[in-house]
Amino acid sequence: MSFINYSSREINCKLVYYGPGLCGKTTNLHYIYAKTSPEAKGKMISLATETERTLFFDFLPLSLGEIRGFKTRFHLYTVPGQVFYDASRKLILKGVDGMVFVVDSQIERMEANIESLDNLRINLAEQGYDLDKLPYVVQYNKRDLPNVAPIEQLRDLLNPTRVPDFEASATTGVGVFDTLKAVAKAVLRELQRGAGQ
Amino acid sequence: MAGPDVMFPEEQQQITTVCQRLHRDANAKAVLLIGRDGQAIAEAGDVEDLDVTSLSSLTAGNVAATGGISKILREKDFTSQFHEGEKVHVHITLVGGRAILVVLFDERSSLGLVRLRVKKSSEEMARIFDAVSTKAQSKSQPSILTEITDKDIDNLFND
Repeated sequence: MSFINYSSREINCKLVYYGPGLCGKTTNLHYIYAKTSPEAKGKMISLATETERTLFFDFLPLSLGEIRGFKTRFHLYTVPGQVFYDASRKLILKGVDGMVFVVDSQIERMEANIESLDNLRINLAEQGYDLDKLPYVVQYNKRDLPNVAPIEQLRDLLNPTRVPDFEASATTGVGVFDTLKAVAKAVLRELQRGAGQ
Repeated sequence: MAGPDVMFPEEQQQITTVCQRLHRDANAKAVLLIGRDGQAIAEAGDVEDLDVTSLSSLTAGNVAATGGISKILREKDFTSQFHEGEKVHVHITLVGGRAILVVLFDERSSLGLVRLRVKKSSEEMARIFDAVSTKAQSKSQPSILTEITDKDIDNLFND
């Protein structure tokens, strides 16, 4: 849940990157970390296994500038993608303000993508959220690989509601910041909309 | 979904005063107050060398994981945790179900003293949170969010 501090003049929001194992959630955060100026970012934390698989979460605090004298600070989290870490995944979703679903575009990962998206909807519902009502974007990652499914097919399968979506290659950074900007913008618009009601 | 969590200058000052008093009375190294989602709210003591942002996020993760364990064990909540280190110890408590109070202490204090002081401080903090909630709901304070325009948001993302 966003946190607005009128004393330190800060708007804090939580973004979560979700998706199947090895789809590139952590790689997104690594790229953002590498390409952000030191004053705009905090330390990146990865709670990972010995084999570099996310065990609990990755965390990256990021400042995106000021709005009306308020610093906008985004806390980026990834969830562990592996199926058996479901209990941990649920915890990371608590208080989420914006979602990124990272798709592994490789044809052989379609089932894993569908399963992960179903899992996201179920886990969000358990926390009282509806994915269709949250600021939410989709990223089709690994577009640089040879065995990827066509975008239209991915869209039909994984983005039937046609939320903003982006082609990406997180290892080279293509689409990474477009995705981040889109979800951050959607979160701020949702906050603005909610306050206006 | 409930509205966003907020903190106003008056209550921020009160919370910081409670943190400072707890730091002094408990002989602690540092005191941190953290939102359940991992945002730092207030601090007191030796925090210059601490990465407060990282500590806040990890503590919130820790508390969330402990909450997950309590659910599996059908226990309501584990309201406090203690991590014993060689030189530094960490005492973590939930305040009014809304925030996490972290006390870092060393051999100059004791777990008993910290527990005792934390109990009093967390009651005070819970009262302040109630005041913040009432104020936020009464909408007596103008919200920054209503002032934000589409243009402000677009400007933030202009390269």
